[in-house]
Amino acid sequence: MGLLSKKDSKLILDPLADNNPITIQVLGICSALAITAQLKAAIVMAISVTAVVALGNVVISLMRNIIPSKIRIIVQLVVVAVLVIIVDLILKAYSYELSKTLSVFVGLIITNCIIMGRFEAFALANGPWRSFLDGIGNGAGYGLILIIVGFFRELFGSGTLLGIKVLGDPIEKTGLYALGYENNGFMLLSPMALIVVGIIIWVQRSRNKALVEDH
Amino acid sequence: MEHLELFLKSIFIDNMVFATFLGMCSYLAVSKKVSTAVGLGAAVIFVMLITVPLNWLLDHYLLQPGALVWLGAEYADYDLSFLSFIMFIATIATMVQLVEIVVEKFSPALYNSLGIFLPLIAVNCAILGGSLFMQSREIPTLGLATVYGIGSGIGWFLAILAIAAIREKIRYSNVPAPLRGLGITFIITGLMAIGFMSFGGMLTGGDEPKEEQKTVMPKEEINTTPSTEVKNSEEKKETEKVLANNIKVNE
Repeated sequence: MGLLSKKDSKLILDPLADNNPITIQVLGICSALAITAQLKAAIVMAISVTAVVALGNVVISLMRNIIPSKIRIIVQLVVVAVLVIIVDLILKAYSYELSKTLSVFVGLIITNCIIMGRFEAFALANGPWRSFLDGIGNGAGYGLILIIVGFFRELFGSGTLLGIKVLGDPIEKTGLYALGYENNGFMLLSPMALIVVGIIIWVQRSRNKALVEDH
Repeated sequence: MEHLELFLKSIFIDNMVFATFLGMCSYLAVSKKVSTAVGLGAAVIFVMLITVPLNWLLDHYLLQPGALVWLGAEYADYDLSFLSFIMFIATIATMVQLVEIVVEKFSPALYNSLGIFLPLIAVNCAILGGSLFMQSREIPTLGLATVYGIGSGIGWFLAILAIAAIREKIRYSNVPAPLRGLGITFIITGLMAIGFMSFGGMLTGGDEPKEEQKTVMPKEEINTTPSTEVKNSEEKKETEKVLANNIKVNE
């Protein structure tokens, strides 16, 4: 990468795997689970969060020397809230259906712990460009898990991906359904999201023993 | 009666953690010991009890379309609802700070037990989620909003208490190494959520016949003419979509 030095590209790549915000840092779980029944909602959520983290990181990083540390949480909340209102209005304007599906979870980006976590841990101590990269990296790491969970839940739950029937038609009995395959409606229910994330954590930690916790 | 129904519904059916996954971050981070879990849970109930009614007032007298009519007729068509995120979060952050100061002044014992958790609560999604759900479900009166706040708080308290108790015990079992800690907590929470789904039928007597009607209707039409069959299958898909949407809404 010509544009990015080695240290900078590490900022983006690290959160994708070994320092993933969801499976390792345990941040931002709430929205990750609630909106992953459809792949499309998961992708939109991933993009929104990435945009908010990256831009918020830049703003906080630019202001880091003038924010009094006593009221920094309120300042951070206001910055995030403004960005989230912008995201919400854009979603309402360009894809109203989807913003209905996501309902309150767009608003809940404000309290998404990834955002506050990155502000506290990174943006308050680093320059704007590095903070921007860190925001992109963490947003992408979050989005990756969201998209994996959304992929499996939509595929097994309703046999579609992004609304396209990939496994055949369950009513006309084509494709896999001709062989007697049935959709697992359970995947659409909320508890399965938790179990799918649990399994992702299991897979990730059995591949990389260094991440294993001792209770 | 209405109040009791909403109270039970917000504790069991729409449980903050198990049905909507709100407040998961602190739920996972602070559930290693029962005593700390109780402290945080109590603080959440307390803050929700205050912020949900307060935000209800804000919503009704400031933010909703036409809410400013009490200022005079010329304000009747103002719509400030786009400000609701920022107003709600500002209310929550200031209330948390205020509660911290008041509790510190008047009850040092309580402050010592809640102390470190109070600042954490400002960024707990359960609190903001409570206010946003209050807004999107259009809870009609201040009394109901208060009940909803307490109920959701208690639901969250129960959830974190239960998982903390389980995590204290699970230390003595032989969990596969990669699953230890976070992984097994996720899976247990999933199983608990499946358990809590059984409360779903507790208060909803009237929902099921309606859904049956929808699916029965197209079948009758199939018998009449073969030409409508294709259309029917499309309709069925539609009803399936509607059902899937219902499920999501329930989530």
